Order: sequence, then C-alpha cells, then structure tokens
Amino acid sequence: MIDKASRYAETHEWARLEDGGMVVVGLSSFAIEQLGDVVYMELPAVGGEVTKGEALGVVESVKAAADVYAPVGGKVAAVNDAVQGDPDVLKRDAYGAGWLVKIEAADPKEYEALMLADAYEKFVQNQEQ
Amino acid sequence: MGRRGVRVAASDVPTSIHLRRSYLRERPAALPELSELDVVRHFTELSRRNFGVDTSFYPLGSCTMKYNPKVAERIASYPGFAHLHPLLPQLRMGGILTQGALEVLYEMERLLCEIVGMAAFTMQPLAGAHGELTGIMMMAAYHRHRRNHKTTVLIADSAHGTNPASAAIAGYTVASVPSDAQGGMDVQALKGMLNDQVAGLMLTCPNTLGLFNPNVREICDLIHSVDGLAYYDGANLNAIVGKVKPADLGFDIVHLNLHKTFATPHGSGGPGSGPVGVVEKLAEFLPVSTVIKRSDGTYALEYDRPNSIGYIAPFYGNFGIILRAYVYILMLGREGLERVAENAVLNANYVREKLKDYYHLPYPQVCKHECVFSAARQAERGVHALDIAKALIDRGFHPPTMYFPTTVKEALMIEPTETESKETLDAFIDAMIEIARLAETHPEQITAAPTTTPVGRLDETAAARNLNIASL
Amino acid sequence: MPFIANTEQQRQEMLDAIGLTAADLFSDVDASMRCGPLDMPAGMSEQAVRARLAELAGKNSINLTCFLGGGFYDHFIPAAVGALIGRSEFYTAYTPYQPEISQGTLQAIYEYQSAICRLTDMQAANASLYDGGTALYEAMMMALRVTDRNKIIIDDSVNPIYRVMIHSYTRNLKIELVETKNADGQADREAILKLLDDKTAGVIVQNPNFFGLIDDYSDLAEAAHAKGALLICSCYPTSLGILKTPGAMGADIVTGEGQSLGLPMSFGGPYLGFMATRSKYVRKMPGRIVGEATDTEGRRGFVLTLQAREQHIRRDKATSNVCTNEALCALTALVYLSLLGREGLRETAQLCADKASYAYQKLTAIKGVRPYFRAKWFFNEMVLDLPCEASGVIGRLIEKGIAAGFPLSRYYEGMDNAILIAVTEKRTKEEIGVLAEALEAVL
Repeated sequence: MIDKASRYAETHEWARLEDGGMVVVGLSSFAIEQLGDVVYMELPAVGGEVTKGEALGVVESVKAAADVYAPVGGKVAAVNDAVQGDPDVLKRDAYGAGWLVKIEAADPKEYEALMLADAYEKFVQNQEQ
Repeated sequence: MGRRGVRVAASDVPTSIHLRRSYLRERPAALPELSELDVVRHFTELSRRNFGVDTSFYPLGSCTMKYNPKVAERIASYPGFAHLHPLLPQLRMGGILTQGALEVLYEMERLLCEIVGMAAFTMQPLAGAHGELTGIMMMAAYHRHRRNHKTTVLIADSAHGTNPASAAIAGYTVASVPSDAQGGMDVQALKGMLNDQVAGLMLTCPNTLGLFNPNVREICDLIHSVDGLAYYDGANLNAIVGKVKPADLGFDIVHLNLHKTFATPHGSGGPGSGPVGVVEKLAEFLPVSTVIKRSDGTYALEYDRPNSIGYIAPFYGNFGIILRAYVYILMLGREGLERVAENAVLNANYVREKLKDYYHLPYPQVCKHECVFSAARQAERGVHALDIAKALIDRGFHPPTMYFPTTVKEALMIEPTETESKETLDAFIDAMIEIARLAETHPEQITAAPTTTPVGRLDETAAARNLNIASL
Repeated sequence: MPFIANTEQQRQEMLDAIGLTAADLFSDVDASMRCGPLDMPAGMSEQAVRARLAELAGKNSINLTCFLGGGFYDHFIPAAVGALIGRSEFYTAYTPYQPEISQGTLQAIYEYQSAICRLTDMQAANASLYDGGTALYEAMMMALRVTDRNKIIIDDSVNPIYRVMIHSYTRNLKIELVETKNADGQADREAILKLLDDKTAGVIVQNPNFFGLIDDYSDLAEAAHAKGALLICSCYPTSLGILKTPGAMGADIVTGEGQSLGLPMSFGGPYLGFMATRSKYVRKMPGRIVGEATDTEGRRGFVLTLQAREQHIRRDKATSNVCTNEALCALTALVYLSLLGREGLRETAQLCADKASYAYQKLTAIKGVRPYFRAKWFFNEMVLDLPCEASGVIGRLIEKGIAAGFPLSRYYEGMDNAILIAVTEKRTKEEIGVLAEALEAVL
C-alpha cells in the first residue's frame, strides 16, 4: 500500500510535510514487508542534525537490517519512541502511528525533490521485477 | 546443593598469605554443582540433539562439510603437541625443545605454497575471516609502502559477508561489483569502477554460485592495471585444489580455510584456521613471526621484520588445527588432493543434473563444488526454501545453505563434498524429489516440518524482541 | 584413495547417468589455467603418518616442569572434558544455522554465555571469539562504537602480546591509542586520569595484570564513567574463582583468554576469547549470541539471535567480520566449569594463589633474588629481580628440565634481570623446591 499524500525517497522512506515546515518520516509498507518482523530499531536523538541521504537510523528484523536515510536534512524535532516497544505498529499503520522521526526541514527544496506517490509506485514495480 | 564433579588435588603447601579482602569476590561464582556423571549425562544428551558430519549427510553450501579423519584427532592429542607451551621458543634454549612443532609449521607453509602457487605463507590467522583481515592489512601495508593513497576495495555482490566486513574493519570503503547474466563478475561494470583509488579486489573463485569465472585472469589484470592487488578468498578451494593454483590466475593474496578444504573439524562453529599466502612482492609484509629453516637443518622463529604488519595472533596460529590439516595433506598426497577436486565436482554436478527437473536452476552450466537451486517454483505454492530445508531434516539430512547467495531468490546452495558416496547422494536426491512432489500435492506437509526433532520451528522474532541470552 | 567414497566404477556410472565425461567437469577452466602435478610427496598410510608425527612430537619437550605463564597456563584438565568434547556430534557439526537439529550446540552456548556472565558478574556474553587478544581488540572497537569517540587509553601492564596485536590492527584506522607506563607494576592512576577526557572511548586494563599483580579498578571505572568512557578489563578466568569480579568493579566490557578453562596449551591454539558486557551494550557486541526461544508447541529451545549485527547480514556495516568463532573451545570451557563447579573453581584458584605465595617465599629466600615491585598482592604469577640477566638463567634452567619463567626484557625495556614466574595448581611443593634449588645453583 502506498500513501497518496506522502512523498518518497528511492531508499523507501516516506515523508509528509506538515504545518510549519515539519517533515514526518517513516518507512514505506513495501520496505517493511521486505524486512519482515521488525525486532529492533535505532533512531537519532531529538535535537540532532541530519543530512539528506545520510543514514539516520537502523531497522532490524531477524534476518535483515536496513538503514533509514533522511529524506530531507534538518534538525530532529521528535522521535517516535512508541515504535520500539511495539514494532508491529509498522505493519499495522506504516503511514500513521508507525512514523519514525519528525525533521524541521532546513531546505524545502529537498522535500519538493522527492518522488510523488505515483512515481514511487512505478519505482517499486520496477524493483520487484 | 553442594554436589561435586571433580575433586581438586589436596594442597601440599601452607596457606601463607591471605589476600586483601577488597581484592576478593564476595561469593563464589554460581557455577553448577553436579556429580561427574550428572555432567557426562547432560552433555551426552545435548550431543544427541545435534547433527554432525558423523551422523548425517551435511551438504551445507560454501562450508565444505567433508569427513574429518579420526587419525588427525589422535595425533593432535599427542602430549608432545598438546602440552607444548607457546612461549617456549621465545626462551633461550627453548627453541630446541619445539623443533617438531616448528617443523610442522614450516612444512605446512611449504605445502600450502605449492598447492596455491604462492611464495610465502603465514599460518597465524585463526579463522577464514581473520585471514581476510590479515590479507587486507597486508594490502594496506603494500600501498603505504609504495605511498599509494587508496581508499576502496572492490567486492563481488555475490561474495560472503565476511569480505566486505573485513575490508571495512581494515579501514577501507567497500564498493560492490555486480554479477553478469552468467553469474560471474560483470567485467564491463568492473572496468567502470576502476580508478586509482582502488586498493584491490576480493574474489571467491569458484564463486558462491559454484561457478568458475572464465574471465578471472582478465579481472586480475584489470586490478593490477591500477596498481591494485587481487585477493583470492579460498573458501571454495575444494573445487580446484590440485587442478588450479590461484597464483597462476594472477592473484596476489590468498586465504585458505583449513576447516573446509583440509578437513579439520568445524567444531559446531570453530575453531578454524585461515592461513594467508602471498606472492613474493608482499612477503615482507607478512605478520611477525615467521618460521625459518636454518642452514644446519634446525627451525627458528624470525622476529626481525621491519615492514611487517605486526602481530595478528598471540602466537603461530591455531596450531592444533594446522596440525590436523597437515596430517590430512600427508595422507592424501599429491594424487589424492587432485582426486578431491574431481570427486567434489562430480558429486555436485550429479546432484545438479538429477534435481534440475524438479527445482529451478538459475545457472544451468557445469558447476564446480556446489550448485545453487532456487525454490521459486515451490514458493508459488507457498513452500519456501526454509520449508524445504525443514522437510529435509525430517528425512535425516542436514539442509543446504538457504537464502544465500542473495543474488538468487529462495536460494538452496548444495555442496556434497567428495567424501560422500553415490548411495548417500541418491538418497538425498530422492528426498529432494519427494519434497518437490509434495510441494505440488500436499504443500501443508512440507510447511509443517520438522516433526521429528526435539523442538519444532522456534519463534526467532519473539526471541529477539524479548531477549534472554543468559541465566544470571 | 583415502576419504573419497566412490570407486572408479561408480564415478563412471554417475558420469553416464548425467551424460557428462570427466573432462566436461572442468571444461570451464581453460587449459592454460591448469597446473601440472603438485610437487609434493605421494599419499601416506595412516600407520606411516602416525609414525612420522610421533617422531615430530618426540622432538618437542614434554618433560619440562612448567613455571611459564604470561597469560597461558599449565592447568589440570579432568579426563571427562576430553571424553565429552570428543563426541563427534559436537565436533563435526557447524555453526547452528538450523536450530531444530542444533539444540545441543545452541543450549551449550547459552549455558556457556551464562557461565561467563556468572564468572565475571556481567549480564551478557557472546558465543566466543578467537582468543584473548582478538577479544580485547574487539572490545576496543566496541567501545568506539558505543561512545562514538576515537581515543583509547591502555595501561602497559596489559599483556604485551595483546598490546602489539592491537597496534597492528589499528594501524590503518583513525584511532588515538595512548599507552600509559605502569607505576611500579600497576596501572598509573595519575597518568590515566590526566589523559581521560571527553574524547576518550575506553580505558583498557588487565586483572591480574601481566606482572601477576592484583588490582581493584573501581576507581578507574568511576573516573571513566564520569567522562562518558567505558572501562574494558581483560582478565584471567581461573583467578575469578576468588578475585573480585570486573562486574563488581564497574567494568563495561570484560574479555579474557579462556585457555585456562580446560584447554591444552597446544603451542598457541586453538584458544578461546571470551567477552561479556552490560545489557545496554549487547547490540554493539560482536560475535554470535544465542538466545532462548519457544517453538510452535510452546517447548523451550534456543536460537542464534541478534544476527542483524553480523557480517552475513550487515556486510561492511557489521559490528565485526567474525564468522567462525571457537565454539568447541567454548564448549570445553563450559564442560570444565561444570565439572569443577562452584567450589572446585574456588579451590583451584585458591591453590594457585597458595602455591604461588609458597614459591615466592622459597625463591625470595635465595641470596640475590628479590621481588621486583613493591606491590605484594599477586595471584599466581610474580616478577622477581635476579642478580644477573634473566634470559641466561632461564636458558640454564631449561637444560635442567625446568621452564622457570619468562624474561620480561623481551617486552619491557630495562627489565633485563626480571623474570615472570607462574605457579598453577599442578605444581607440587617438591617441584617448587627443585626450582628453588636449581635457581640458587645457577646464580
């Protein structure tokens, strides 16, 4: 499932612009399905700086691990600690309660450059082949 | 409960000094309190919950689970080897008392040099991945010595995970070279990745698909053209031992897994041994110390090696393992080693041909010591590589390596080794065919496996989420 | 042909069955890449090989009375250890990738991890590493990851063999490795505290240290923690039968050489590197880890866990490149600890200390032989100051059938007359007496 209201990075993060330039970030359902049951995640500290395209954290399942890359650069404004205690929320609600971090985007252009949902859908289809 | 296993010898000296109380532990470590028989029964029972090469066919791809000769175990327990203190040769007059052990190391170096065509060997690395790290450290020393500024090591996308991990831990950036349609390294892609930042390339040959790369010489030449070094991961040497010498292909550094090709026991996951051989121009970088033979026929350790990468192990390697491999090589001799490769390759191709109508074979050409199938066809019926593995367990076989290499979906990697007989292979093939048929007709019987083991499938997700890794 | 099952006839049957010739099997290897016959001897019979190796073994000493230690000790090994680890269901298995048919190995590793935790007073141990030296190097790398810093302070009374290994491994890495010189045989608090800053990832110490001296590093743990650094302690597991544990001192990572737990000296290996840490750092720990699990019917079992840290999944981002470890050696240590048990290990450690202090009294009574350091709290190893060069004395004593100790000048400048002498529970009062007489005679 792909959330139409979000934008996407090629590394399978979704990003959604909220009021005040805040960008909410999570992992797409496709990425979560590929990983399997998530058992652990490592997320950045609130207040830290992240750069677009660089790893901000790691998500681990039993048989795989994936870096989570920052779809936009900026300051980490919030981290969803609830996910650590209930990783299955990623499966249940990837685009809602399964959000991972909120970033105060430094450059709005970085958000604009991300893929729209339709483009991401095609991108995923290509990857599956 | 105060039960005792082994009685400790009575003291024949007075307790004269009482250690300061603050230096002592408050209470003894809470270790088991059992009789010797309790302990023996416990571990005997545990042993019965294991599969080993001695109990079952063990075609675990890339691990070369061949038979481990019993004579090697016997020899490793000779007191002249087992009770030898490793610091003895560092003492004045001590070297004389270790001549037999030093001769084993020296002879083993010479034999391995001959087998892979290298100029010099170190026996020190304690496992295959440790050998990789040692080899990459020598690569770095070579470039430092030549004042080259290199940053990157190129590694095939189908390589074992240890390759990129070893290169990264040695301080290099790793770049992954894609495979071509035939399953080998994509030479065109490699050309595009070459530049003067490239320190070297790590290659397994035959690769993890069990395929010998016909372009391997060209690949080594390409790496040399940017003053890079070609590293041979010897994990799959069993396929070509006695037939092909990696040095003749253009490789500069090679590590061997004595616990694979040279039949030392895998020990439930170690100890292994990962000696590293190099061409002449790299010999000066080998670790300290090396064994030398003096003109009077005696053996000694050489410590004065100014360009060496230094010490990578406390002593001379896993001597007990090296000794076992030495015994194996002596017993096989020159013609025996060549027969190893011939039979390992025949056995793998026999399995490949016999099963190719039942399982998808992504690379249909002649393979070397192992063949890789895909369970993609069965997966469409909901039977995955994992399920096939578990069904094999119920039929008395250790499963092949699953889901590796990752370049093949639903991979099942089968390495029979030369020590297995046609009868064993036929029984395994029959079981695989039966499983393929059941996957069509009764998939639920396969996905319910195993049913014959002390425990069924374990919940690894819950185990990782609610971690219990010690009884404290 | 030894160890090859099929006969020529069977080979031909197999080739016929798959429609290939022997030449086809290597048709992918160009003739120009093939080598000629190997230049090595023809195969030998088992009888001939055993005779040859018995001859080589006979060229090694087996009758030396061993007072040589330096981190590798001649301890007593009960017969049941060999009998149990000699079961081929253990030694011919590989890494327990298939848990249903590897419960023996997996449960044994879980029990081993538990035993290491109980011995060291830590909360998490891995399934083993190659040896005490590589374990210490891995601990150092782990401290860098935990703290995201790059400075390491190491006391020079840590085993010099381990220190040179760490130097080799870090040569291409951007790590600031600072060695502090010992103060009269012990970690120099003043020097370490001066160096300890907010860039420091870890402080590395050893207990008992290379000179055999016992220390309590609680103060260093506290100081390190105050700066956000870790305390890494390498230790001698036999000594933990009686000595204060690294856990009680506040150490964050504990490593050591497990050879003393039932493994023969075997001229340098295979040995056993153990590692333990606090729960909060477990995901930064290298190596395999076994965890408890439940099967579909609720039965208790064990699996490899936290594998996403490892090289086969994380590749160049793994916590370490380690793959094969020393599982059979870990099993050996577990069997040994199970046989000795709670009281047996305590008694063994006490015996070592008692015999060492007896030897100390006998040896320092010899004219010209004095303790090298003022500190007198040692476990089973001591440094003595001889009236002449130690290496020459050691050579003369070897001729008398005694490996009297290790000359410290090999690793410490200026310590030409210093000898490091180890006494385990195996050494008798009589042997200690013979050493004292022989030493007196050669001085």
